[in-house]
Amino acid sequence: MNSTAVTDLNSDDQVAQWRADFPILKTQVNGHPLVYLDNGATTQKPQVVIDAVSHYYENTNSNIHRGVHQLSELATAAYENGREQVRRFIGAASVKEVVFTRGTTESINLVANSWGMANLKAGDEVLVTEMEHHSNIVPWQMVTERTGALLKVVPINDAGEISLDDVRGLINDRTRMVAISQLSNALGTINPVKEVIEMAHQAGAIVLVDGAQAIAHIPVDMADLNCDFYAFSGHKIFGPTGTGVLYGKEALLEAMPPWQGGGDMIRIVRFEKSTWNDLPYKFEAGTPNIAGGIGLGVALDYVSDVGLEKIAAHETELLNYASRKLQELPGLKLIGTAKNRASIASFVLDQLHAHDLGTILDSEGIAIRAGHHCAMPVMQHYGVAATARASFAFYNTFSEVDRLMDGLNKAVEMFG
Amino acid sequence: MMDLRELYQDLIVDHNKRPRNFGKIDDTTYYAEGFNPLCGDQLTVYLNLDGDRISKVTFEGEGCAISTASASMMTEILTGKTMAEADELFELFHQVLVGEIELDDDTTLQLGKLAVLTGVRAYPSRVKCATLAWHTCQGALHKQHDGISTE
Ligand SMILES: Cc1ncc(COP(=O)(O)O)c(C=O)c1O
Repeated sequence: MNSTAVTDLNSDDQVAQWRADFPILKTQVNGHPLVYLDNGATTQKPQVVIDAVSHYYENTNSNIHRGVHQLSELATAAYENGREQVRRFIGAASVKEVVFTRGTTESINLVANSWGMANLKAGDEVLVTEMEHHSNIVPWQMVTERTGALLKVVPINDAGEISLDDVRGLINDRTRMVAISQLSNALGTINPVKEVIEMAHQAGAIVLVDGAQAIAHIPVDMADLNCDFYAFSGHKIFGPTGTGVLYGKEALLEAMPPWQGGGDMIRIVRFEKSTWNDLPYKFEAGTPNIAGGIGLGVALDYVSDVGLEKIAAHETELLNYASRKLQELPGLKLIGTAKNRASIASFVLDQLHAHDLGTILDSEGIAIRAGHHCAMPVMQHYGVAATARASFAFYNTFSEVDRLMDGLNKAVEMFG
Repeated sequence: MMDLRELYQDLIVDHNKRPRNFGKIDDTTYYAEGFNPLCGDQLTVYLNLDGDRISKVTFEGEGCAISTASASMMTEILTGKTMAEADELFELFHQVLVGEIELDDDTTLQLGKLAVLTGVRAYPSRVKCATLAWHTCQGALHKQHDGISTE
């Protein structure tokens, strides 16, 4: 991918060139060219990532960190290069701060279990928001229940935004952890995480940012954001499934006990007492997803080559266009109308349940998500069981939004 | 992929728009709440029994067209049936939907009106929508009040 070559192209040509990198986008579904608008659930993979994964299996497959033979050396180097690519992408100070996990869910569970069990006690408070994904609610519920700490919730308004005044009011000297998503998967809201981090730090609390959705849409830099933990999944940023990252500040990770025990995470094992490996390996017990880590590194380099600024600019135009078109449809209500939004249009229709809509659109080759999006408190806030969600990536086009609208009109006609 | 019209037949669209026996029966001990974790749909089924015969069935809740139509048709079909007959019909309906029983002329006849719901066989993720009310009804008959799930 040569990013300088595309800068002079007009927008349509540029998107066409990006699309050519993703083989699956040429697929036909139910006799129609695929319109993939379920990027919030998972993103498609560019050829370079697919090639990196198969190249590994075809040429260097081997276990890492333990081999004395050449393949193992090659595999270890490629996997650790993936970690360095992650470090660079998120602006971490050191690869010691980059822990590979299975995904966002595992990253958050790691912090809740390791940091939470070691640091939370009765009377302490953990603050989340009403718009969190279940994976940034349930681990905190579990650990606060076990430690006697209290889980508190920042409410959202009807546009799907939190207010910094509410956050200020809820943070106090008992607050130990604030866990907040940077970009809501159910609403598309971009949260003012930088301000929240400053507020939390002033009160002596630490902050975990759930970057699962944000990572493919908003440029992030750990040094600038200054969060304590940042969690994301590889599969939502054009990388392989089963990969993820927990970024943590070195001093915090250093002080935390291991979470899972096993191979790779130890220095010396004695039946009397074992000692732990250095960061980040202390948190990486067992054989990891080696091909996945390599593929993730390649995916992040690919995104850097395209440029997140360019991605964000195109997606903003797409989202604005889609929001305008959607709101022209009688009986359609957007769920999530925050001033600051990215990549996600969530909506409900009178007379037409999201699930039926999903099936009808699928018959037109259009993939959207229908359901509660693992954010049941958000559904409860709006008094709906489910929403339909179109979520965009940089390879989506304006004509795909038009296809979505055609499908919606057909569905409304059928049930009208 | 079959024609969408085979999934959303007129009878289904009609039951979805005007669900029959929609509402609550007060004071019955035969009720259960059902839940489809896939989509968050939730419905409650209420029953009155006369001996072991179902004298009245109602439902309330929110669901997609398939689950609403299936619930609505169920309330019509089960009224007047014995518990054993209800169990038997559910068993047949379920087995047809998951493909364990062939949909031949004979089973189509046995299913009666319910045959219009067999279009979901082509959409595995929607089978649960069609069976949610029935699972819940079983729970009501056997007095398992909550936690009926399609999983
Ligand atoms: C905001 C948010 N957080 C967490 C997750 C969980 O990610 P994963 O399932 O990859 O662990 C998701 C995935 O949908 C998400 O959108």
